[in-house]
Amino acid sequence: MSRASITKAHNKIQELSWEPTFVEPVDKYPTDYTFEKAPKKDPLKQVLRSYFPMEEEKDNRVFGAMDGAIRGNMFRQVQERWMEWQKLFLSIIPFPEISAARAMPLAINAVPNPEIHNGLAIQMIDEVRHSTIQMNLKRLYMNHYIDPAGFDISEKAFSNCYAGTIGRQFGEGFITGDAITAANVYLTIVAETAFTNVLFVAMPGEAAANGDYLLPTVFHSVQSDESRHISNGYSIILMALADERNRALLERDLRYAWWNNHAVVDAAIGTFIEYGTKDRRPDRDSYAEMWRRWIYDDYYRSYLVPLEKYGLTIPHDLVEEAWNRIWNKGYVHEVAQFFATGWFANYWRIDAMDDTDFEWFEHKYPGWYDKYGKWWERYADLSVKNGHGPIAFENADYEYPHRCWTCMVPCLIREDTVVDEVDGQVRTYCSETCHWTDAVAFRGEYEGRPTPAMGRLSGQREWETRYHGRDVGEIMQELGYVRDDGNTLVPQPHLDLDPKKMWTLDEVRGITLNSPNVLLNEMSPQEREAHIAHYKAGGPAGRPAPEPAGA
Amino acid sequence: MSDQTILEEPPRKQRSVPKPVFTDAEAGAKEFPSSRSRHYNYFEPRKRRASVYEDVTVDVQPDPERHLTQGWVYSFADGSRGYPQEWTALKSTNWHLFLDPNEEWEQTIYRNNADIVRQLRQVVANAEAADAFSNWKRGWATVVAHHVGAWAHVEHGLGMHVYTPAQRDAPTNMINNALAVGAVHKLRFAQDIILYNLELSDHVDGFDGQAHKATWQEDPIWQSTRENVERLTGVRDWAQAFFATAVVFEPLVGELFRSGFVMQAAAPQGDYVTPTLMGAGEADAAREQRGARELFRMLSNDPEYGDANRAVMQDWLDEWTPRSTDAGHHLQPIWSQIPDKVVRFDESRARAHQRFADLVEDLGLELPKEMQA
Repeated sequence: MSRASITKAHNKIQELSWEPTFVEPVDKYPTDYTFEKAPKKDPLKQVLRSYFPMEEEKDNRVFGAMDGAIRGNMFRQVQERWMEWQKLFLSIIPFPEISAARAMPLAINAVPNPEIHNGLAIQMIDEVRHSTIQMNLKRLYMNHYIDPAGFDISEKAFSNCYAGTIGRQFGEGFITGDAITAANVYLTIVAETAFTNVLFVAMPGEAAANGDYLLPTVFHSVQSDESRHISNGYSIILMALADERNRALLERDLRYAWWNNHAVVDAAIGTFIEYGTKDRRPDRDSYAEMWRRWIYDDYYRSYLVPLEKYGLTIPHDLVEEAWNRIWNKGYVHEVAQFFATGWFANYWRIDAMDDTDFEWFEHKYPGWYDKYGKWWERYADLSVKNGHGPIAFENADYEYPHRCWTCMVPCLIREDTVVDEVDGQVRTYCSETCHWTDAVAFRGEYEGRPTPAMGRLSGQREWETRYHGRDVGEIMQELGYVRDDGNTLVPQPHLDLDPKKMWTLDEVRGITLNSPNVLLNEMSPQEREAHIAHYKAGGPAGRPAPEPAGA
Repeated sequence: MSDQTILEEPPRKQRSVPKPVFTDAEAGAKEFPSSRSRHYNYFEPRKRRASVYEDVTVDVQPDPERHLTQGWVYSFADGSRGYPQEWTALKSTNWHLFLDPNEEWEQTIYRNNADIVRQLRQVVANAEAADAFSNWKRGWATVVAHHVGAWAHVEHGLGMHVYTPAQRDAPTNMINNALAVGAVHKLRFAQDIILYNLELSDHVDGFDGQAHKATWQEDPIWQSTRENVERLTGVRDWAQAFFATAVVFEPLVGELFRSGFVMQAAAPQGDYVTPTLMGAGEADAAREQRGARELFRMLSNDPEYGDANRAVMQDWLDEWTPRSTDAGHHLQPIWSQIPDKVVRFDESRARAHQRFADLVEDLGLELPKEMQA
């Protein structure tokens, strides 16, 4: 269709909506935002009769590539290290996608603008597309990759693994609580506009470098829908800004959404890109370099900062602190180390970093080896079955971390840990902002004004607490992370598929898992204070602080 | 370019590209525990092997009653979390038993809808080329402008404000995806009608492309239908909204108008285009009705909650049937607006009522009193 006819068609479909007179519109999903002075914008002029054939064509290309990958024996060239992390990634990502579909009526209900409704409804079916096309990609991996274990249990494992729970907030956060906080600020303004760049553009590039060109095929096809979604979100935030009463809420939600997305997405995608790759060319961009380009320059400077002209206060401090965590505080390295520490509770395999990896990390992140190198050498030693337990339960100069109550990524940057008693429980937080999110933002009042629509953080947020005092062998059986011989574990601390070298339930039985938070709550206030002071003095790389002389 | 220039050209820098590595990481390269575990093992497929639809749909939306051990990590202010089962009065011992009989997933959604778009585009283009609109009988263009145009609002309202929120509210991914597909069917159909209206404005002399708005908003013929649609958009219980739309409204009003009038009346008026358009929408509505039949039959036959569910659905039926019969009744004058009486309103209504009665019986419910002849 020509642009002129699209404009004409788009103008015509605006005639479809009407103001009801027989019933008052029902507020199906609560919001504290108000949209009484909303102007109308849909710059992309979305019409379904051009949308469906366009998407069908995109699909045909995806399915053609899938056929080609199988016929061309792509899996003879994929790196197992990379594919193993896809067991985690592809178990998580279809849920955020489908959650985005479910989020659309929240925005439609909140925003009295039929022109925007049309774009949001198209986004809804886009997201169904994304979720099911990604599940289908995973199905292909399961059928054609050497080790299907972990893919075969995918959505169950996503539902019961600590890592899946971290990922799940990037999805649940779209559909629950204040409709605009969830479906606009968290989902569209931050998650889609900022972080799909590293999810769907940077990561596929890394996949291709590891011999997997199907992930780029599928995810670039997905990403090509995102510009429309970004446009939807931008229209809504401009409408929100037209009403002064929304300003404080927008600023609250931008702080929460930015920080939570950073904590969750950078943890996961940073790990996949830095620790899931075998591509160690010195001039290959690091995650930090990609982040600087895609998030800092393309999103923060080009998209977020210009919103200041509408009088909105942008969380500059949190953007800089996110960068500080990535570049100076080793956030991604700490997270990758934690995932590897917890290998026994995963549903994918993680191999040790080797000399080639060390060289690359040192080149990209000077000082890396002094912080993390010894631990990875220890990981390599302890990955070989030899009568010992998984590294988490052996002496590896690593203090198992407390978990952040809010983002559920552990408190890995030890000195930033915040402890507070909230809702009658002593909770730990990875950062001041995560503490603020729980204690201040997700409450029924904000800066003296009632916020009755704001959601709450809920659920059994600490995986370790659920299994406190339990035998690791029992836990693994209960989770279902055992292979079809009934004894070999799905996760492994190496990539060797020789059955004699694979870890089994026998190596993890008799080990008791403890929850740091349960133990913390059992301490006296004095013990707790001393414990936290010692904890915060620890790191980097999880190293416990030296005991004071004479202790 | 001289030879000298070529000689002086600096050596090209070697491009930095990833090197292919033979890893032999393909299925079957080694035997080890689970090396042949090549199906999703966390759900029971309906048949021996899971369909692609099941594989890409089941358990993507987690559930504390299945594998979600840590529970939902966000809640609404009132404490409800995730996909609360309390968002409908109906109950199920296992909501996950519902599978979409249309097995809609990404590939089917785009194939089917793109097929319809192409089909309509070709028919309209052919009609324009053949100057077919000039063969319409006098008065028919007015019916299309007013009443077919008014129907676009019905489809839009139901798609945007009934199906779209319902796909947030139901407790499983299988139900919600089916509802999402229903939503875009409705929205596409609404746009198909209104863009057809635009084409006619360009090609039929005197065609009033704006008449549909006043007809929908003010014509007494349509006000009961509009009231019915608006009331459907105001229902908070997603299952009630879906039931009252797909089980009650669609047969008694939707099929009555689409199949019972437009598709019967158009051809004798020299119009082969409008029935094609309406037929596509009718086929979509039939798909949604298959899903509704499957879902509500499952709930009606639930071993624990079947009796209670039937009582709830009976109440819904008793509440919504009079609205939809009234809406259908008010459409009667449209049948008189064409010169050739190829179909009588009573015949169309009898057929719609029969289809409604069959559906109601299939769900184990009783026809409301006013429908019992």
